[in-house]
Amino acid sequence: MGLLVVENLSKSFGGLRAVSGLSFEVEEGEILGLIGPNGAGKTTVFNCLTGFLPSDDGSIVFRERSIKGLKPHEICALGIARTFQIVRPFLNLTVLDNLMIGAMLREKSMTLARKKAEEVLELVGLTKVGNQRAAGLPLPMRKRLELGRALCTGPSLLLLDEVMGGLNPKEVEEIVGLLKEVNGKGVAILLIEHVMKGVMALSHRVVVMNYGQKIAEGSPQEVVRDPNVVQAYLGREFADAGS
Amino acid sequence: MRKTSLLFAIAMAILMVLPAFLDKYLLGIFFMIFFYAYLGQAWNVLTGYTGHISLGHSLYVGMGAYVSTFLAMKYGLSPWIGMWAGGIIAAITGLVIGFLGFRFGLRGVYFVILTIAFAEITRLVVCHVPALGGFAGIFLDFKPSFWNLQFRSNESYYYVGLGFMVASALVVRALEKSRIGKFMIAVREDETAAEALGVNAFKYSMIAIALSAFMSALAGTLYANYIFYISPNTVMGMGLSIELILRPIVGGMGTVLGPIVGSFLLTPLSEISRAYFARGGLEGLHLILYGVLAILVVLFMREGILVYLERFWRRFVRE
Amino acid sequence: MNYALILQLTVQGILLGGIYGLIAVGLSLIFGVMGVVNFAHGPMIVLGMYITYGIFVLAGLDPYVSCVIASGALFLLGYLIQASIVNRILDFPEAMQVLPLVATGLIIENSVLMAFGPDPRSPRTALALASFNVGPISVDVSRFIAFLLALVMTGAIFIFLKKSDVGKRIRAAADSRVGAALVGIRVNKVNNFSFGLGAATTGAAGALLLPLMATSPHLGHDFTLTAFVVVILGGLGNLPGALAGGLILGVAESLATLFVPATMKQVVSFALLVGIMLVRPQGLFGGRR
Repeated sequence: MGLLVVENLSKSFGGLRAVSGLSFEVEEGEILGLIGPNGAGKTTVFNCLTGFLPSDDGSIVFRERSIKGLKPHEICALGIARTFQIVRPFLNLTVLDNLMIGAMLREKSMTLARKKAEEVLELVGLTKVGNQRAAGLPLPMRKRLELGRALCTGPSLLLLDEVMGGLNPKEVEEIVGLLKEVNGKGVAILLIEHVMKGVMALSHRVVVMNYGQKIAEGSPQEVVRDPNVVQAYLGREFADAGS
Repeated sequence: MRKTSLLFAIAMAILMVLPAFLDKYLLGIFFMIFFYAYLGQAWNVLTGYTGHISLGHSLYVGMGAYVSTFLAMKYGLSPWIGMWAGGIIAAITGLVIGFLGFRFGLRGVYFVILTIAFAEITRLVVCHVPALGGFAGIFLDFKPSFWNLQFRSNESYYYVGLGFMVASALVVRALEKSRIGKFMIAVREDETAAEALGVNAFKYSMIAIALSAFMSALAGTLYANYIFYISPNTVMGMGLSIELILRPIVGGMGTVLGPIVGSFLLTPLSEISRAYFARGGLEGLHLILYGVLAILVVLFMREGILVYLERFWRRFVRE
Repeated sequence: MNYALILQLTVQGILLGGIYGLIAVGLSLIFGVMGVVNFAHGPMIVLGMYITYGIFVLAGLDPYVSCVIASGALFLLGYLIQASIVNRILDFPEAMQVLPLVATGLIIENSVLMAFGPDPRSPRTALALASFNVGPISVDVSRFIAFLLALVMTGAIFIFLKKSDVGKRIRAAADSRVGAALVGIRVNKVNNFSFGLGAATTGAAGALLLPLMATSPHLGHDFTLTAFVVVILGGLGNLPGALAGGLILGVAESLATLFVPATMKQVVSFALLVGIMLVRPQGLFGGRR
């Protein structure tokens, strides 16, 4: 059984079906890309998975136990960490303090938490700004901080919401390298992303959503050639043109 | 770093020795400085550190004052013990308010209004309870003794006040460095992000409000046994709720020294105002000044005067 | 069941509720456009009362006439407050927006205290004690006039917002600050005007209330809280809701005196406030939250 098993997930806002009958699995140690046009419902899926939104229907099972209805902090304690599409650093705290908050989940001692935070600080390449206030960081560094903070909680599954958004190609490459390293340590990653280069380079498998539903699943190469996917992103003409 | 510790040691030494040079009037002013600094620390725990703004903190002060006074007058219980009863009752009240606010998602302005509503409801209810003196309030008997927390000389009040202020500063300082304190700060900075990192925002907000309420109640007991008169309007009213927040705001919310600096800055102003407008009831001038200062600070020095003092100090230390 | 008494209380509640509605419309407007809760609303009403009182004492003008002057004066004050203070705090976290307005209220309250002293003031106007009868119900003339004027003014505000150019700009800015700026609306000026308008309602309300009650400097807090109850009842930012909420609260408070002493009736309104916030924070009629 997979690390995370989502079955028939549904969420509506009033009359709007944001997510409808979505099912997928994330295997231990794999990187699963979750892509789809804007408004496809991807962030809503994240919010349901991490307890920020109650799902209307379906089951969410992590390590063979249901996490539906749990609070976000409980889910994090179980091993699922997430980042936000619009980064949310603790602005008035230093970078290191930001990381420590994450580390303090598992490390009860402040000294050990600090040590862990320093390790992650180096891993995400922010050692130079460790003592700077987060408010002073430019966006690419804030993204690394967000990622680092989530890593500090020692997750087995990392949910990344457009972590490459707003980065230039070189920065994207650096993040890809970083994520490969993280994945190498055994952390599974579920990745919402619009930057296709990143998705293709990282994902073992990809799930494509449109209008709240899964429209394709498979390896990155398969998915990109799927006419349904092309149609979703580019419209019918392109899909017909390709076939 | 060592220079800062030296500064504190010198300041403490001065404060310990000062009473020998002060007359009764000045000692009284210092007592009020210490009192408001302490109260500011208490409020800070909930607002400055955890980020939930309360404009109804006089509720807890009033509870402390009324509970300890009632126990003292009815059962002869020493206020040193009575203050604990007041503190616990206040803490429970805080937990109730916190539960309603945090569980039901009342944030920001709604939470502020919730705190005001509870304070006002309680104040109005107390006004109608004859056993607690109703509108007119209660005059305390003057029976000076250490156990009654009442003293003949202002010098004793000075030291008790100083003790409270220093104790609260130490408590908040320890909190700041502790796990609990850091999680509170995370909740203040970004509750959603904190939750996503495994921080139980509800739990830490509840701890904050209970602690803040408890500490505030102790101040109420102290106040009652200094002024010897308590009434719903003076110890549970909006006036006190607003006054007690001004010092931490001006001095610096979310810092240990903020309420202290703020109190040393603002409290003497009220005395000067009182001196020039001796006729009762016209002491509004200092409040106007407080208001202006608070606006200026929030607009231009959001983190309070303390940050500017620190920068100045750092430049001084470097030379 | 003393139906006559209940009817009497209901009517009195409605009459007072009209004024509550006027006050709440001002507060709701300020929130709707700027997203800021005016914690100085109550002290502004008190200021309106004192201005009206001052004019009455100095020039003998009846409060219902000097209502216009009081509104105008508060409009200017509101404009100033927005321009100098509130415009700067629009992007602050909600919590930090509360403090400058509380401080402003503090300044207003104590300025009035220093100018007039702490004793309650009450003008002896010609209509103060007059009343007329409608069937079994006795109606105070001053309450009745206040009610009518409050309704007229509230109606005028609604029409103004709907039909006039400035009104349309205000509604645009309330809808979307960025959008309004993009179409060339000087949002800062619109904000100033809106706050001024909201403040004007406090001036008017003060003038209308003066014949009904004595004024004293510290009434501000009570008014602010009452305004909150009404606004939250009706829905923050919902203007017709504010008027409806005012009427509802007026009646609720009035009927409450059947069960509790008059000095406790505010406990009823605050309990109502807490209840609404917990159960239906968007208000009975839905506001913007």
